[in-house]
Amino acid sequence: MSGVTVSAKVNGDAVQYVCPPSESLMDVLRNRLNLTGVKEGCGTGDCGACSVTLDGRLVCSCLVLGAEAEGRAIGTVEGLSQDGELHPLQTAFIDHAALQCGICTPGFLVAAKSLLGRNPNPSEEEIRYALAGNLCRCTGYDKIVRAVQSAAKVMRKQKRS
Amino acid sequence: MPYETDYTNQKFSVIGNRVNRPDGVDKVTGRAKYGADASAAGQLVGKILRSPHAHALIKKIDTSKAEKLPGVKAIVTGDDFPDFTGGNRSLMDTLENCMARGRALYDGHAVAAVAAVDAQTANQALKLIKVTYKKLPHVTDVDEAMKPNAPIVHDWIRTAGVDPAPTTASNISQRNEFGHGDVETGFAQADIIIEKTFKTEQTHQGYIEPHACLATLGPDGVGELWVTTQGHFTFRNMCASLLGLDVAKLKVTSSEIGGGFGGKTHVWMEPVALQLARKSNRPVKLVMTREEVFKATGPTSSTSVDVKIGAKKNGRITAASAELRYQSGAFPGMWGMLGAMTSFACYDLKHVKSVGYDVLCNRPKVAAYRAPSAPMAAFGVESVIDLLAAELKMDPVEFRIKNAAKKGTQASYGPVYGPIGIGPTLEAVKNHPHMKKRLGKNQGRGVACGFWFNFGGQTCTDLNIGIDGSVNLTVGTVDVGGSRASLALIAAEELGVDYDQVRVTIGDTSSLGHNDTTEGSRGTFSSGMATIFAARNAVDVMKQRAADTWGIPVDQVVWEEGVARAKGRQNSNLPPLSLKEIAAKSPRTGGPIAGHNEVVADGAGVSFASHICDVEVDPETGSTRVIRYTVVQDAGKAIHPDYVEGQFQGGAAQGIGWALNEEYIYGDDGTLQNAGFLDYRIPVCSDLPFIDTEILEIPNPNHPYGVRGVGETSIVPPLAAIGNAVSNAVGVRMTHVPMSPPRILKAIEDAQ
Amino acid sequence: MEIRLSGILCQATGGASSVEVSGATIGEMLASLALKHPAIQDHLDDGVAVAVNGEIYRDRTDQVIPKGAEVFLLPRIEGG
Repeated sequence: MSGVTVSAKVNGDAVQYVCPPSESLMDVLRNRLNLTGVKEGCGTGDCGACSVTLDGRLVCSCLVLGAEAEGRAIGTVEGLSQDGELHPLQTAFIDHAALQCGICTPGFLVAAKSLLGRNPNPSEEEIRYALAGNLCRCTGYDKIVRAVQSAAKVMRKQKRS
Repeated sequence: MPYETDYTNQKFSVIGNRVNRPDGVDKVTGRAKYGADASAAGQLVGKILRSPHAHALIKKIDTSKAEKLPGVKAIVTGDDFPDFTGGNRSLMDTLENCMARGRALYDGHAVAAVAAVDAQTANQALKLIKVTYKKLPHVTDVDEAMKPNAPIVHDWIRTAGVDPAPTTASNISQRNEFGHGDVETGFAQADIIIEKTFKTEQTHQGYIEPHACLATLGPDGVGELWVTTQGHFTFRNMCASLLGLDVAKLKVTSSEIGGGFGGKTHVWMEPVALQLARKSNRPVKLVMTREEVFKATGPTSSTSVDVKIGAKKNGRITAASAELRYQSGAFPGMWGMLGAMTSFACYDLKHVKSVGYDVLCNRPKVAAYRAPSAPMAAFGVESVIDLLAAELKMDPVEFRIKNAAKKGTQASYGPVYGPIGIGPTLEAVKNHPHMKKRLGKNQGRGVACGFWFNFGGQTCTDLNIGIDGSVNLTVGTVDVGGSRASLALIAAEELGVDYDQVRVTIGDTSSLGHNDTTEGSRGTFSSGMATIFAARNAVDVMKQRAADTWGIPVDQVVWEEGVARAKGRQNSNLPPLSLKEIAAKSPRTGGPIAGHNEVVADGAGVSFASHICDVEVDPETGSTRVIRYTVVQDAGKAIHPDYVEGQFQGGAAQGIGWALNEEYIYGDDGTLQNAGFLDYRIPVCSDLPFIDTEILEIPNPNHPYGVRGVGETSIVPPLAAIGNAVSNAVGVRMTHVPMSPPRILKAIEDAQ
Repeated sequence: MEIRLSGILCQATGGASSVEVSGATIGEMLASLALKHPAIQDHLDDGVAVAVNGEIYRDRTDQVIPKGAEVFLLPRIEGG
């Protein structure tokens, strides 16, 4: 079976991999690059557990082909913390107990970061609709929304100072 | 076991604080490893071939072409699973559910499996396996399956619990009756009687993480299993029994679990992975797709329930009866029995009778789903309670308070209650600010109560104190929702150290004695209890070390706030020894300091909850929006309030999804039509409001801190709370769950 | 002592919903019951729950039954 050679950037690092044309970016990230923070919940783009950013745009990596990442920049949950410091969203999720089993958490963090990058001061409704593509079965979303609101506040403060 | 049970004076140093969970960083950085996140060198990918038919004879399975495909290393069918069950029917049911034995019993039933070098090869191999089926008549509806001429799922089933014992085959596996008094007498005394039939459709626990495992098994019978599970010890016993292995030779490690809710308490494909591993002599990674999860794991029952309740004009119920019909899928279960036990558990009744039927049909084998069977029964009963209250022009909360069970009430399932929390939760609801919020156009409010048992079980913990005074706590109960934080709090409280000094690990099956599955709301209750005793055990050791160091008898040593103190005027010159100091000296005072405990935790008590819900229904589309939701539940003692609230909110959210949208849709051909998250619609973030919670703390006398189980009860009231709210909003009684837009529109239409 | 039972367990006692047995603990009481009604052994092997004064015990066989306690036998229950 012939493979496609791909050069891309993941969390700022240059990577190169060979994959079958039909393989999803999700499978490439998980199985070839060992970035198991990306989770498969459904494989059909309905649950958001595999959320990553592709050139800054939020996507379900199960709906992107590994081959499509050629020359592009991918962001996963593993790239959220910088220089050993947690991102304000990560801190907020822990502080607000916004996770129980934690399987959906990486997807939510990537999606929430994407939201706050576009809209630093979202209303509760805006948060809920922006995160409607990420399924959580444990929390009922209550503490997740509170965590995002809290992180947004911290990030706005950081920006001002 | 002796422990302090005077709760009113119990003061805690760390218990009750909202600390950060110890595994938080792992989970927010993606470092935490779940079932599908492990890999082994040389591993193969396992894939399962499943029946496309609801019911069919398997005449032949031809694997020859698949075997020749390069890269295929092992293929198994039912013939590769010899019968080690020793006549145990329940074990055989599990085995047959994992791999069909001559007959496919539901759409998605496993008929063969392959292990190959990669996923593409494995999938190709599945396509090359030729199965010759002979389709048989099928039945998927619970009421249809009970009819005398229904297609029979298993011809060896004779309905149990019926006198005289039947001699012909049936789909009804058992009939159970509970109750006391005489309902005919009671109904004769009633001023009004309301009788209604309700239906609920099948739902799935919906955990976001599919089942996954990595299995190795050598020709010497030694194997390892990395698996996402609610009970790795149970899985070990089950796999060993089914495959004829020595329990001690199979090491099972629980990965982090991405949701279970009862669906990961049983094996569905793990024995298949192990058998593929044995046949190929290589590690096999087997991960289910989302479609497989819906089709071939353990959803909850679909049901049909008749409820009849009579009351006097003054609001006192005189009699209550119910007949509950629950389907258990293609193998027998006791779900109807559980429904019959829980139906009227919230009420004080002189005359009560509930009859539960368990019915087979061509659907997947039903498994527990968070307070199994209780939500459906509560939907029927709490709806009729509301109808009675309305007929008597009484406030629905007052009506419930008037009839609530209390200490001394004989429960509808038999025993007499000790002190219970239903009254307090109803009083809390009555006084809750939610009840005062004004309702707008097309809006309705619903109230409902719910009951569930809580369990204890076999639990084993090890507590080791490191040379620097840090504490390692190894437990065997899988952490499904964050209980690690609570266990660390408990250990810190008992030892008198900082929360951050304690590190909790879930041990594998070779590190500890047996631990029961995390179900029945037992995680924090049982492991917490074992942690307390292990810590006290360690404290005894440290007191002895201090006594030896000082050269005084140990009965002159006390342990207070993390230090050993020598009591008595004659010892007043001895400065206290802290845990850190004792630990540092330990190599010279007797070696490593540890505490250990095995306990069969029991007496977890029963749990009650009352919910309030406001909805707005669009009369043109039938779409329902939940605008406000409040959960009131008794937790006994909330070790970590964030996680107790989390359980309340999560259970409520699942119940809301069940009430409004979730259902298994079967075609006329008996195949599942919506096996994916697009068409099996669970609540998303924009569907729900913030969910308010009120934790009541009425101590459980069987636990040193008064803890009760909390995880399950909050899924019991929502179906009824939403049912009552929607019915009030549209002015028509809803009797079919889920109350999806088409059903609501039809109900409004039919009423006009 | 008198113990009561319901549901499918009554079938094993010939329809009786209350049985006279002896025993100081749950384990002893169940053994006494099995001696009197051998047909109940299958249910005991599957597991039963025992309510003692309203408190449900599912796992402990050494749980003491106080004198005069109300004892009720239930089929095995499991949670999720």
